[in-house]
Amino acid sequence: MPRPRAQQVSRKDIANSADTMKRLFAYLFRYYGLQFAAVFVCIIISVLANVRGTLFMQTLIDDYVMPMLESENADFTPLLQAILKVAAFYCIGIAAALTYNLIMVYVSQGAQRRFRNELFEHMEKLPISYFDTHKHGDIMSFYTNDIDTMRQMISQSIPQMINASFTVVSVLVSMFILSVPLTAVTLLMVGVMLIVTKNLGGSSAKYFGAQQRDIAALNGNIQEMMNGQKVVKVFCHEEESIAEFKKLNDQLFESADNANKFANILMPANAQIGNISYVLIAVVGGALALSGMTGLTLGKLASFLSFNKSFNMPISQVSQQLNFIVMAMAGAGRIFGLMDEEPEVDDGYVTLVNAKEDNGELIECEERTGVWAWKHYHSQEGTTTYTKLSGRIVFDDVDFSYVPNKPVLHNIVMYAKEGQKIAFVGATGAGKTTITNLINRFYDVSDGKIRFDDINVNKIKKAALRSSLGIVLQDTHLFTGTVADNIRYGKLSATDEEVVAAARLANADGFIRRLPDGYDTMLSGDGANLSQGQRQLLAIARAAIADPPALILDEATSSIDTRTEKIIQDGMDRLMRGRTTFVIAHRLSTIRNSDCIMVLDGGRIIERGSHEELISQGGKYYQLYTGKVVNA
Amino acid sequence: MTCMEQCSDSYGGTMILRLLQEVKEYKKDVFLTPVFMLLEVAMEMIIPLLMASIIDDGVEAGNLRHIFMIGGCMVVCAGIGLFAGIEGGRYGARASTGFARNLRQSMFENIQTFSFANIDKFSQSSLITRLTTDVTNLQNSFQMILRIGTRAPASLIVAMLMSFYISPQLAQIYLWAALILGVVVAFITVRTKKIFEQVFKKYDDLNASVQENVSGIRVVKAFVREDYETQKFHAASNNLYRMFIRAERMLVGMMPIMQGMVYACILLISWFGAKLIVSDHLTTGELMSLLTYCMNILMSLMMLSMIFVMITMSIASAERITEVLSERPTITNPDDPVMEVKDGSVDFSHVDFAYGTHAGGDVLSDIDLHIRSGEMIGIIGSTGSSKTSLVNLISHLYDVKSGSVSVGGIDVKKYDLETLRNEVSVVLQNNVLFSGTIYDNLRWGDKNATDEECRQACKWACADEFIEQFPDGYDTFIEQGGTNVSGGQRQRLCIARALLKKPKVLILDDSTSAVDTTTDAKIRKAFREAIAGTTKIIIAQRVSSVMDADRIIVMDDGKIDGIGTHEELLAANEIYRDVYESQTGAGSGDFDQPGGD
Repeated sequence: MPRPRAQQVSRKDIANSADTMKRLFAYLFRYYGLQFAAVFVCIIISVLANVRGTLFMQTLIDDYVMPMLESENADFTPLLQAILKVAAFYCIGIAAALTYNLIMVYVSQGAQRRFRNELFEHMEKLPISYFDTHKHGDIMSFYTNDIDTMRQMISQSIPQMINASFTVVSVLVSMFILSVPLTAVTLLMVGVMLIVTKNLGGSSAKYFGAQQRDIAALNGNIQEMMNGQKVVKVFCHEEESIAEFKKLNDQLFESADNANKFANILMPANAQIGNISYVLIAVVGGALALSGMTGLTLGKLASFLSFNKSFNMPISQVSQQLNFIVMAMAGAGRIFGLMDEEPEVDDGYVTLVNAKEDNGELIECEERTGVWAWKHYHSQEGTTTYTKLSGRIVFDDVDFSYVPNKPVLHNIVMYAKEGQKIAFVGATGAGKTTITNLINRFYDVSDGKIRFDDINVNKIKKAALRSSLGIVLQDTHLFTGTVADNIRYGKLSATDEEVVAAARLANADGFIRRLPDGYDTMLSGDGANLSQGQRQLLAIARAAIADPPALILDEATSSIDTRTEKIIQDGMDRLMRGRTTFVIAHRLSTIRNSDCIMVLDGGRIIERGSHEELISQGGKYYQLYTGKVVNA
Repeated sequence: MTCMEQCSDSYGGTMILRLLQEVKEYKKDVFLTPVFMLLEVAMEMIIPLLMASIIDDGVEAGNLRHIFMIGGCMVVCAGIGLFAGIEGGRYGARASTGFARNLRQSMFENIQTFSFANIDKFSQSSLITRLTTDVTNLQNSFQMILRIGTRAPASLIVAMLMSFYISPQLAQIYLWAALILGVVVAFITVRTKKIFEQVFKKYDDLNASVQENVSGIRVVKAFVREDYETQKFHAASNNLYRMFIRAERMLVGMMPIMQGMVYACILLISWFGAKLIVSDHLTTGELMSLLTYCMNILMSLMMLSMIFVMITMSIASAERITEVLSERPTITNPDDPVMEVKDGSVDFSHVDFAYGTHAGGDVLSDIDLHIRSGEMIGIIGSTGSSKTSLVNLISHLYDVKSGSVSVGGIDVKKYDLETLRNEVSVVLQNNVLFSGTIYDNLRWGDKNATDEECRQACKWACADEFIEQFPDGYDTFIEQGGTNVSGGQRQRLCIARALLKKPKVLILDDSTSAVDTTTDAKIRKAFREAIAGTTKIIIAQRVSSVMDADRIIVMDDGKIDGIGTHEELLAANEIYRDVYESQTGAGSGDFDQPGGD
């Protein structure tokens, strides 16, 4: 379990925490209001039972033991009754403690689950731009550190704070009743304890900060050197690496030693101050009891001594919890931050349905017919029209920029007819992938229009638009599950036969069957046990099984060597047949037979035409293709 | 307890001994920490005893002087306790952080001796975890054992002895209470530990699935699988919720049981104590000390169970660390090493090779190959045809299974490793740059290279053009992993770095894949002219990168399928012809621009 980091808490943190805390509590009370009320009541009962028990000490000594010592014939019956009464109190206290602890398990785990689920659900709805602009590690830490810290705060800090504050109040009251002077002595020592805690805690936090910094530096070095270990070997650089590591390691040792030292001292220091407080009470109390001036009896002193112990504990607990709560609030703030992110907007209303043609008319149907239609509901007329999906995609003077005023695409005009294969070539950063991002609306155009079968893509429901477009990316991204599961990702209802057929199409069947469990082989860690080429074959199979009317292949075969690519070319050709396909590739063999090749440079289409046309033009394409510089 | 069994068996024993060797210069701290902890416990235990004396001989006897005197003693005790606590904390911190430092240092140093086979065995990410998380776990446990591990049992035993000293009859109650609580706590700990292990596994799985969704969000969205993923996640999350509830419900009992035990002890002591006081076998003060010891005993038991959990959790870390510490490199310097490489000739005679850890067949079989000094050799073949394995044998990064590899006429096994690797320079396929300036990176090749030499190497590697465009030129800072330069730029810097070694054999393992064809050709031209005497071995995917080599080797499935010039192979080798045709005759199949300059 991640341990909380000690940090210096600033005023601003506390102000932010207060806002977040309000929101968090509003959230918690909405779902768990009743439970919290019950917990509150139970804590009070348990604290009262405890205090009642400590007070019994006084009764025991003053009312039973002392008189019995003096009487000749001791009668133990009243004592037994008193003890049974206290035992009953204790039982109620324990029952209450058990109850609230149990409730808190359900509340904290329930809240954690609720948070986690809502977070995930919301995250899935966020636009691609969110993931492109946030570090994935940061997003991950919402789920790991932040939620977990919050759960710990809910399950431990909240009940402890309630418990501690109530204990402090009730013990303080009891102590006042027992003896005012002794209470003053106790409070004085609490003051000393708080000062020591603040000072030691401050130094500790300072060194913990230094320790965090040194850990980060050392871990950075470890990560870098381990990843480059083979290079280190090849360059015989071992000794230099060791020297550098030693420097960072020693630095960490210094700060870790100091940080731990202060943290270690804090506990015994408080414990011994507590002991001194205890001793003082014993001495002062003893003297007072002896003088008989303040009405302090031996029994009262005994009870007071117990209270003294139980008073110091919650005080140091509260001071420890405060820091932790501020940290948990920072995490909660980050989680709320993600929850507040605008989800992807989808104003589209045109949907995609299966259809069959009947006398030249399209009729919507349930079963898969291989014919799709755009279902277009016109709200003004109240009518529904069906347009056959054919795969015409038109870019009408499209401009696009990720960041305002930094255009990445300029005046893109492009027509893809039904079943055509359109290729994009150009340098890294020329805008190839951006164009495909616009087709499936991962991003929206800044200006101009994109039409799919003459329908503006803005009007098409995103889900419909995306399921009409199969996509194979260079980074394949497989999911934990079996090989078959991963292929089936394209069509959840696919039968085993369909899965095998898709794998055959992508030429993946051969290697899958050689895997230890064939199609049932578990993949984990993004298919870490497969080669990059094999992963791409699976991604192709995954797209094939979806049987989409149009395809986007973004460097889909880049990691497959040319010989293997040639082998799967048949499958790829079969996959592309009859579908409008957009291909991004840097390998000639992949794009040469395209109907039209677009050469992109700096966000503009600078040349277009078939392979032969472009070669004869002797322009940029010719230059890229031959590796020769054209003499201007 | 299971720990006892684990620690006492011989494997656990050697593991602990191996780890304890790393204490080194902190022996004093390791020794003193428990000593001071014991002193602190002793002081804490004396205080209640003195307390009894204040009550009985002071208050009840009406002796004010006695109260002050004993009170003074108590303050002194608390003061010594404070001192001991602080010293214990100080030494404990030093012992544990020093131990961690030594562990890290020894692991790191041992890793530096690893051969490629050793590195492959562990994998990089697992080495990182071992050096970071595992060491931290062990550091925390070590400190815990030194401090709480002495404190808790000592406190338990002393408090028990004191109780017996005060009143053997009443102390029996504690003995029973401790026994019962011990059994219950042990039972709960063992039960929950099992559940928690499963829970943490599930928890990791859940986080892994979030990770997948974050990095694969384009796939999720492209396939419109948001709802499907959300459902899947909810199912996993609900499952985890149920498991956590099951585990924590059991733990919830701990505190109330402990509390109940304390209450039960208080009541029993009150009852029997009152009887003993009345019958004059016990004093009021003693009764109060007994009640203080009660808390000590039961708290110590709880502490012990905590340590137990902590130790069992860190056993896995300890094992992983010991594995690294006791790993022996598979390749070491020979006894009487050859310190000079005569020339750049390379000879494979009937070499078979297999990666030791993997079962399955040979990766290379019966390779017989002779390369003359100064030759330029191209190697081509599909993925998995063992091109990389072949060249890695030349600089003795792996050991052959049978046959031999010689450089300059002498078996690579006989060379001093550093000598050999300085003369055989490899640009690895997955090459990395390190954080530092471009100069810093280049000087990995030669520590003493002048600026002029660095620039010259960059010129040959066609890296000068883009470096000079950087505002800081050769002083440009390269981020960790070289993320602020493009793939093609990185590859050229790596080539320049290898050139600075002025090797007799230069090996490029697919090192220009992200460099455009024109620049690629320029680099090869520089090789031919500037380092004519160096043997050059170039692995490539592109035919154009190897076409003009003196000889081209076609690899297929761990065997040499053909050797010859471009023309010879085109005429006689089917695989080569296939590859060539798939990339067409115009000389290039690649549209990547000058590495994204």
